[in-house]
Amino acid sequence: MLKDITLGQYFPGNSPIHRLDARCKLMRVVVYIVALFLCKSYFSYGLALLFLITAIALSRIRLKALFKGMKTLLIIILFTALINMFYTPGTVLAKFWIFTITEEGLRNALFLVLRIVMLVSGTFLLTYTTSPIDLTDGLESLLSPLKKLHFPVHELAMMMSIALRFIPTLIEETDKIISAQKARGADFESGNLFRRAKALIPILIPLFISAFRRAEELATAMECRCYHGGKGRTKMKQLHYHMIDAIAAVITLTVFAGIIVLRSHGL
Amino acid sequence: MSIAIETKDLHFSYPARDGETMLPVFRDLDLQIQEGSFVAVLGHNGCGKSTLAKHFNAILLPEGGSVHVFGRDTANEELLLEIRRTVGMVFQNPDNQMVANVVEEDVAFAPENLGVPSPEIRKRVDAALKAVGMYDYRRHAPHLLSGGQKQRIAIAGVIAMEPRCIVLDEPTAMLDPHGREEVMQTIERLNREQGITVILITHHMTEAIRAQRVIVMHEGAVLTDGTPKEVFVQVELLKNAGLAVPATTELLFHLNRQGHSLPLDALSIEECAQALCAWAKA
Repeated sequence: MLKDITLGQYFPGNSPIHRLDARCKLMRVVVYIVALFLCKSYFSYGLALLFLITAIALSRIRLKALFKGMKTLLIIILFTALINMFYTPGTVLAKFWIFTITEEGLRNALFLVLRIVMLVSGTFLLTYTTSPIDLTDGLESLLSPLKKLHFPVHELAMMMSIALRFIPTLIEETDKIISAQKARGADFESGNLFRRAKALIPILIPLFISAFRRAEELATAMECRCYHGGKGRTKMKQLHYHMIDAIAAVITLTVFAGIIVLRSHGL
Repeated sequence: MSIAIETKDLHFSYPARDGETMLPVFRDLDLQIQEGSFVAVLGHNGCGKSTLAKHFNAILLPEGGSVHVFGRDTANEELLLEIRRTVGMVFQNPDNQMVANVVEEDVAFAPENLGVPSPEIRKRVDAALKAVGMYDYRRHAPHLLSGGQKQRIAIAGVIAMEPRCIVLDEPTAMLDPHGREEVMQTIERLNREQGITVILITHHMTEAIRAQRVIVMHEGAVLTDGTPKEVFVQVELLKNAGLAVPATTELLFHLNRQGHSLPLDALSIEECAQALCAWAKA
């Protein structure tokens, strides 16, 4: 049941998007997100959408995988769309009972849905095409200037990669605990929300206890392998910028500039 | 041959449940392990095997006495990394000792910590993965491998430090028979071909008889120490300490008790079968 969590999943591949440097991809996603929030019109959304679709096409990630990850967000998307549709003042298109649909409302709803979907698919594309190790390495390298301010950049990156490493292990463990508790007659499906939340306690407590035990064992194992913080550490794979990164950067910045120009013209 | 690990008058105690009294684990433990040997450490739960193992690479420091690793005192903090690099350690649960979600990245973890230059790390990782026969899996995610494979990756992760000694703390306890055999063969090969000193802590008698030397621990002290044959013929001593003996020895011991005279040191199944055949003919 928990096996289909796609969050933070990585699909190995060798597409141009896969081959981009992780730092480059991270920066691109940041620029893309900022650009999305600057979009105001059909033109600018169209431009951003074109950018996204090109990236998805180049990455050769199956659309099914992308939509599967989106499924969990469906409720949030629908909810925001409906709220915007009914509660934006403006030219009234239709009215029934306490609901009014306005032209502006429809437009806002459409833009918001577009924005959320594009935001999520853009970030999914990042995690789908970048191995978690590259991602944390990239993050560590991008944030490394903060080290001067005594910000624990290496520790943060290490924690992230360990967290990602243990997601499948802990999911497997949760499944096992659920089965074990079910075998003892635990009931997770019936009752009201409160009851069902309470039924989760016998899952969470063993899970936490085992997670702490794992953490302790892992810490000892890391110490045995000479881990002593980020000082003097080297990397097997060093990040290198290539020609393809420069091309991607130019395209991204062009799109970003395009959206700003459109915005400054009120579009 | 030089001495890999030496403990002198080793003392160690754990705080008891009440938090005040200390429960002694070892009292005056003296032990010497020769370089290049394959030593099995036996003993039932709570006899101090794992605690002893943690003294071999300075995860725990002695309260009294000393531990020397290739002549270096583990209490010397400046030598800490050097000692941990020399004595690698593999634990029971392979899942809890993997750091990365790609096999080769995990193997690279230790040399990265040691500040080895990148091209050299690559070489070491490839060599370590080949040494455990997992080179073809270098780009796999560890959680999709079998237990035996994961444990071999954990061994590779230690080999990449180029240690002179490996301590394995019940590495096969969570594995199926197939995985157990994979790990045992890997350990034996490393000991034979690369001359790495192996200290295997185990519960399985079938594994212990494959070592050159068996140390039996009981209540924090060495009960008996010698070649597998020398150790396992002392059936009564081991039984009194609540330990099992290999099934073959057990069988021969019971036959002898019924008035037969069979050699107790026929440890492997083949030797035991031969002894029984010879006895049947006579």
